[in-house]
Amino acid sequence: MVKELAGVKLCLVVDDSRVVRKVERRILEDLGFEVAEAADGVEALAWVRTAMPDVVLLDWHMPTMSGLEFLRRLRKEPGGATPRVVFCSVESDLDRIREALDEGADEYIMKPFDGDIVASKLALAGVL
Amino acid sequence: MTPQDRELVARLCAERAGLKVDPDKVYLLENRLGPVARREGFGSVHEFICAVRDRDEERLIWAAVEAMSPSESAFFREPQTFDWIVGEVLPELARRREGGALRLWAAACGTGQEVYSLAMALEEAAPAGVTLEVFASDLCERRLEKAQGGIYSQFEVQRGLSARRLVRHFEGLEDGFALSPRVRQMVRWRRVNLLEDLTRLGRFDLVLCRNLMGYLQEEARARVLANLANVLSPDGWLVLGAGETAPRLSGTAERPGFYRRQALARAAA
Repeated sequence: MVKELAGVKLCLVVDDSRVVRKVERRILEDLGFEVAEAADGVEALAWVRTAMPDVVLLDWHMPTMSGLEFLRRLRKEPGGATPRVVFCSVESDLDRIREALDEGADEYIMKPFDGDIVASKLALAGVL
Repeated sequence: MTPQDRELVARLCAERAGLKVDPDKVYLLENRLGPVARREGFGSVHEFICAVRDRDEERLIWAAVEAMSPSESAFFREPQTFDWIVGEVLPELARRREGGALRLWAAACGTGQEVYSLAMALEEAAPAGVTLEVFASDLCERRLEKAQGGIYSQFEVQRGLSARRLVRHFEGLEDGFALSPRVRQMVRWRRVNLLEDLTRLGRFDLVLCRNLMGYLQEEARARVLANLANVLSPDGWLVLGAGETAPRLSGTAERPGFYRRQALARAAA
């Protein structure tokens, strides 16, 4: 339903930390996005089946379903190839970042981050 | 810092490097000069500036001036610029120089992000048929040292650099990321004051000097632009920031910030 707002892009924030989701929401809303939240991969999958977002800001390590597993499943959903997926994780090992890109992530943010980094990465992902 | 200290720094910056420094920006001055004062063993910025004034030592004067030179830097700023350089400008120049060399220079390269962005883009898609020589310079010795090391913090590699380029061109360190020797070795470094005669550096086919002009006094800006124009090859390009202008060179509407000598632009028209 939020996607019905003309011209406003929907970003689904997936992170098990409420504090991180709150920070990301504030940055994304300042950048003009409509924001939805999910606390793990399972919740996020339920979300995308209701309303496919334009972009997903995705944590890696989460309970019940990791970000990487969510990404694999998202890409198999009807319309799931469309959203840009930007990982946002404490994981900074280049092999893991390469793995995320190989699985279909568009960009990658290493925590900690700030508004400039989020804006820079969303621009690189083509959604800003 | 006393008002006299701040006035002295502003005057030295203007005289030595043509830099526009506002003596009322106390925080900026303290922030930039504090680390230099500590490094030089002074108890405060005021003590450091007293030494600059009393000793009249070139090394100390330049330490202060260099610290006040612009330092803002990010990878692939105005990314379209690099697409134009690698996709259009260099292939055209390469056709003209077939079998020869193209000399590229990133003037005022700061801590290296600008010239390494160029080097990465060239490593990915270099124009065929020519040898590329990439030079980089800055006024500040310490920034050049950092640039040559090619090591960047996690924060720095996330400003403008795509994740794909990060994994392609960098290696992870315990604390930061190191640019691959393959890209680092493409660049040759030198400390250059753009106010001085630059012709000893030879001719260049492309000079990148972006986002510096706004930090220069009007007279210095004109001199730097004239000096850079002097080292351009007859068909070479000077690339400024998209919002910067070079009144005595010819710009192109389709590529904001790109300038070349007027005679050539007229001949092409």
